[in-house]
Amino acid sequence: MRRTGSEGGVPRWILLPAAAGAAFVLLPLLAIVLQVDWRAFPALVTSEASRDALLLSLRTSTASTLLCVLLGVPMAVALARTRFPGQSLLRALVLLPLVLPPVVGGIALLYTFGRRGLLGETLEVVGLEVAFSTAAVVMAQTFVALPFLVVSLEGALRTAGHRYEVVAASLGARPTTVFRRVTLPLVLPGLLSGSVLAFARALGEFGATITFAGSLQGTTRTLPLEIYLRRETDADAAVALSLVLVVVAVVVIGTAGQGRVRR
Amino acid sequence: MTFELEAEVPERGVELALRVAPGETVALLGPNGAGKSTALAVAAGLLRPDRGRVALDARPLTVTGGGGQRASYVPPHARRIALLAQDPLLFPHLDVRANVEFAPRAQGAGRAAAREAAERWLTTVGVADLADRRPGELSGGQAQRVALARALAADPLLLLLDEPMAALDVAVTPAVRQVLRTVLAGRSALLVTHDVLDALLLADRVVVLEDGRVVEEGPTSEVLSRPRSAFAARIAGLNILTGTWRGGRVHCEDGSVVAGMSSDPAPSDGARAVAVFSPGAVSVYRDAPGGSPRTVLRAQVTEIEPHGDRIRIRTTRAAADVTPQAAAELDLAPGAEVLLSVKATEITVYPA
Repeated sequence: MRRTGSEGGVPRWILLPAAAGAAFVLLPLLAIVLQVDWRAFPALVTSEASRDALLLSLRTSTASTLLCVLLGVPMAVALARTRFPGQSLLRALVLLPLVLPPVVGGIALLYTFGRRGLLGETLEVVGLEVAFSTAAVVMAQTFVALPFLVVSLEGALRTAGHRYEVVAASLGARPTTVFRRVTLPLVLPGLLSGSVLAFARALGEFGATITFAGSLQGTTRTLPLEIYLRRETDADAAVALSLVLVVVAVVVIGTAGQGRVRR
Repeated sequence: MTFELEAEVPERGVELALRVAPGETVALLGPNGAGKSTALAVAAGLLRPDRGRVALDARPLTVTGGGGQRASYVPPHARRIALLAQDPLLFPHLDVRANVEFAPRAQGAGRAAAREAAERWLTTVGVADLADRRPGELSGGQAQRVALARALAADPLLLLLDEPMAALDVAVTPAVRQVLRTVLAGRSALLVTHDVLDALLLADRVVVLEDGRVVEEGPTSEVLSRPRSAFAARIAGLNILTGTWRGGRVHCEDGSVVAGMSSDPAPSDGARAVAVFSPGAVSVYRDAPGGSPRTVLRAQVTEIEPHGDRIRIRTTRAAADVTPQAAAELDLAPGAEVLLSVKATEITVYPA
C-alpha cells in the first residue's frame, strides 16, 4: 500500500503557513550561528565573566529544578488526587506564572521577600536577606519554572489514573508505600520531562531574576543577564553566549522529547 | 471470618445487607447498575455509605454514626480485604515476581519471605515459569492468574472478585475458572459476576441484586434451578441437574441417568456433579422417542410462558423451549405428563 500525500485529509494549502511558521522559528537560530565569530568563539565563551555566568546559571537552574521537584510533586499530587473547595481556583493561580510577565513576578517576589517586603522584615530578624543574592536567583527561577513541572506531572497523574493505587491499597500498602512504590514509578516519565522543562525555563529566566536578584557578576548575573549586558559593549560575546544557550536548550528539549517518546 | 455489610447509599439508590460466612464464596448477581460495584466499593473501603456498617469477624471496618454507634472507618490498606478486578492491573513497572511480592513487602515481610510467598502463589495459580516476565509480555489469562496470585499473597481475610473473567478470552476462561475454584475452596470471598457458570461452579450461595436491593438469596443450585426473581430467571435460563458422577453419567436422586460431555477436568468417579444444558436443547414428547441414545426425563409441565419467538415450557425437571406449533400439537398445558429428551452432546457435566 502506498501512502498518499494528503494523508488524514489535511488540506494541502495548510502546509504553506506551517512551513512559514517553522522558518520563522528556525531562521533566527540560523542567523545566530551565521553571526558567530568562530575564531574568537573559544576565547569569548571562556572569559572569566562568561564562565562565571554559565556556571552560575547551571548551578542555580539545577537548584531551582530540585526545588521545583520538592514542591511541585506534592502540589501535582494534591491537585490530581484530592478534592477540596477552591481547588480549580487554586490550580489557576498556581499556573499564573506561566502567563505572567516575568518582570511582574520579580516585582511580586521583591515585595514579598525584599527588605521592605511582606516577609522581608521577619526574615531580616532571623538574619536572612534574600534579595540580590544567589538564593534570590534560585527563587526567581523556581517561581517561573514551577508551573511547568506541576502541569506536566498533573497531566501524567491523571493519565495514569488511580486504579493501580486502589489495588495497591487493597494489597495492604499504606498511602506512603503506594506513593513511593506505585504512584511515583508510574509517572516517572512525566516527572522527568516536567523536570527537564522546568530546568530549561529556569535556565532562560531573565525578567524575574534581574528585578528580584539584580545583576552581580558571580552572584546573580546568570547567562541570560550576561548576554543582555554584553550586547551593548561586546556584541560578538553576546552572540557566542547566545549560541551556548541555544545548544543547551536543544539538548534539554531533545532529552525531554525522547522521554516522552519512550513513554 | 464472618463478613457483614449493611449499606445505604441513597445517591445510587442502594440499600442492602450481605453476609459471608467463614470459608464461604458468595456470588453477587444482578443487572448493570443494580448496586454490585457499590457493594464491593463499600466492602473495600473505597466508598463510605451514608448509613451502614461493615464488619469482618466482629472487627468494625465502616460504621456510620447514629443509633448509639460511634462512627469509625478503617482505611482500605488496613482492612485485609483484597480486590481482584476485571482488569488484572498488574503494576507495569514491576516484573511478575515483584508484583506478587508487593503485598508481603508492603506488609513488612522480609525479602526472603516475600520471595517465598510469591513462588508459592505463582505455583498455585500455575504460572511459576513466568516469574521473570514483564506484565506487558503476558496474555490476558496469564495476567489474571498473576493478579490472583498477587491478591492471595496479601493473605486477605476476604477476597473481592469483580467479574474476574469478564475480560478474558473465551478459550482461557475454563482454565482460570478452575484455578479460582481451587483457591476459593474454604476461603471467604465475594464474587460479582454476570456468568451463571461462575455462580454455579464457584459460589456456595447466590445473592441477587436489583435496583440496589437484595431480591433473592440462597444456595446457588436452588436459586438457579428455581429462580424467583426476574433477573435470576433470565440469567439462570440454563437447566441444572445435580447428582453423582458414576461410569461417565450423572445419576440423579430420582433415579434418572443423564449422559453428557464432561468438562475438563472431569469430576472424579462417585463425586457430586452437575449437568448443565440450555432449554433450547430440550425436545418435548408425549410418547417415548426412538432413535439415538439420549437422556430422557419424565416430568410434569408446571408453567408455559412466551420466550421470544418460542414457548418456554417449565416442568418439574427442566425447562424446554419449543415452537408455538409444537406446543399446540403436543397439547401442552400445566399438569401434562411429558418426556424431555436431550442429546448427550448438548449437556456439559461439571464437578459440583
